[in-house]
Amino acid sequence: MESFLSRYRNPLILLAVVLAQMLGLAVQVRRTATGGKGAQQTRLIRYWVITLISPAERIFLLAGHGVSNTWHGYLDLRHVRAQNQQLHAELDRMRVEEASLAENARQDMRLQKLFAFQQHYVSKTVAAHVIGTSGTELSRVLYIDKGSADGIHTDMPVITPDGVVGKTRDVFPHESQVLEINDPTSGLGVILTQTRLRGILRGNTAGQTEIIDILPDERIQHGETVVTSGGDQVYPPGLPVGAVERVVNDPERNPYVAVLIRPAVSLSRLDEVLVITETQSTMPSTMQQDIATSEQKAADILAQRLPGVNVTQPLGPDGKPLDPNAPPPPVRPPASLHPDRFTPGATPPAADLTPGAEDSNRVFVPQPPTSTSTNGAAAPQSTQKQTTNPHQEPQP
Amino acid sequence: MALLPQSSRREMEEHRFHPLVLVLIPLLAIFLQVYLPLRFPSVLVLNLPVLVVIYFAVSRRSPIAGTLLGLVIGILQDAVTHLPLGINGIIDCILGYLAASIGLRIDVDNPGTRLMMNFAFLLLASILHVLILRSLLGMHAEWYWLHEFIRAIVNALLGVILFALLDRLRRRE
Repeated sequence: MESFLSRYRNPLILLAVVLAQMLGLAVQVRRTATGGKGAQQTRLIRYWVITLISPAERIFLLAGHGVSNTWHGYLDLRHVRAQNQQLHAELDRMRVEEASLAENARQDMRLQKLFAFQQHYVSKTVAAHVIGTSGTELSRVLYIDKGSADGIHTDMPVITPDGVVGKTRDVFPHESQVLEINDPTSGLGVILTQTRLRGILRGNTAGQTEIIDILPDERIQHGETVVTSGGDQVYPPGLPVGAVERVVNDPERNPYVAVLIRPAVSLSRLDEVLVITETQSTMPSTMQQDIATSEQKAADILAQRLPGVNVTQPLGPDGKPLDPNAPPPPVRPPASLHPDRFTPGATPPAADLTPGAEDSNRVFVPQPPTSTSTNGAAAPQSTQKQTTNPHQEPQP
Repeated sequence: MALLPQSSRREMEEHRFHPLVLVLIPLLAIFLQVYLPLRFPSVLVLNLPVLVVIYFAVSRRSPIAGTLLGLVIGILQDAVTHLPLGINGIIDCILGYLAASIGLRIDVDNPGTRLMMNFAFLLLASILHVLILRSLLGMHAEWYWLHEFIRAIVNALLGVILFALLDRLRRRE
């Protein structure tokens, strides 16, 4: 026996080490599947390794950023004035656009409230630098330089301004591991914006992102935008994910197809990301402030371009604004002087119509703005007036 | 590939390294493996830790040392992924053992031999990877021949250069 052991000592040691690791693999897989505490033990080893490596990564990152910032700072200074003017012009245009969309957003919120639908707004994010990867194609994870000490927890969405990157997985005190959306073990509820098809997005072994378990549909077109649906309870709805690249057959899930997606974010070249640490069901105060600013800006621009239109705050009986802090009313075209049945607001509400009733000659004449509603943006109130001739213009 | 006679094999020197080299070089390899893909994504095809395991195992010519070195470096590699610990541990153990065993039998200081040896070991590492993922973990892992072939060639070429650099760190006795 002794001679056997001494003769085959080397292969026996190899066998023992390999068997021990296989046993360890089985235990980890079992505990992960049953949701046990096995992850805590391996987490400790991962923590030691990350703690060992991350200081060097931070040093390289800082050094790289220092050189890069110095060089780009010099280059940027040469064009900063022209760029500043361009950005101001763009900001003005965006504000006007935002103001025009704000009213729709408010209506949307009212409807959501009506249907008891909880919208989630991103209210707090933490910016983080990407400091490392897994170093292998089989594990699509990133490491960021923020951890639990910065308020980050497991399963928090990680995004960039372009779109979704992934979610936090293992969180250490000063570092976090981010599971990218193109990893085969990731899962993300998505929706195609035009066809309204819902599905689960995950990665495949080639590092591509695909939506699985979708029935063949001719309406799915190349370039269609894909956003988060919010159904996974991790990502807020509406975040851009990518665009449809092509539809391929999925032999493992016949008759379903897989829709390959081109991610909105370049996942292999990430420097900085945002971790969404908090969402809320009401619009954040900063967003409300932005909308108010935009509406004021839009009102100013409208007043400048159309001096006849008076866009001001509603005034009280004493001639002072009812609420000086309230945002200006939404910008709307002034009421027409000679309204007809094509005038906006002239159509009666659907609830007032009776199917089959002989009232096709009715013309709803919007009432001109009242004296208290001094701004031209107020919506005209509809009144009904029976006319003998449908083509006859009603009196204002 | 020159086969060494028994007497020569006995007399063959076991290359020794400073303990710091044995600690720092594997750590440096793992650091570069996780950091470089941030700047150069195509670097993901490289497998620097495996090359380091092969080099030290071949140089030390001790299968047990090769196995244990493979175990440590493999676990370190696994620790920076989100996959269970032990996948790379098993692969690197086997490669370390085989490399040390080969180092006892053939002259591995020749660049041509190193190229062929590295190519074979890297291809074996890819095969073991897929086998472990499919058989032990039940994960879906596809095998792309061309990709793995190119990966093995690139790593083998890099290995020849890396081994020449690491030869300079040997202790002269």
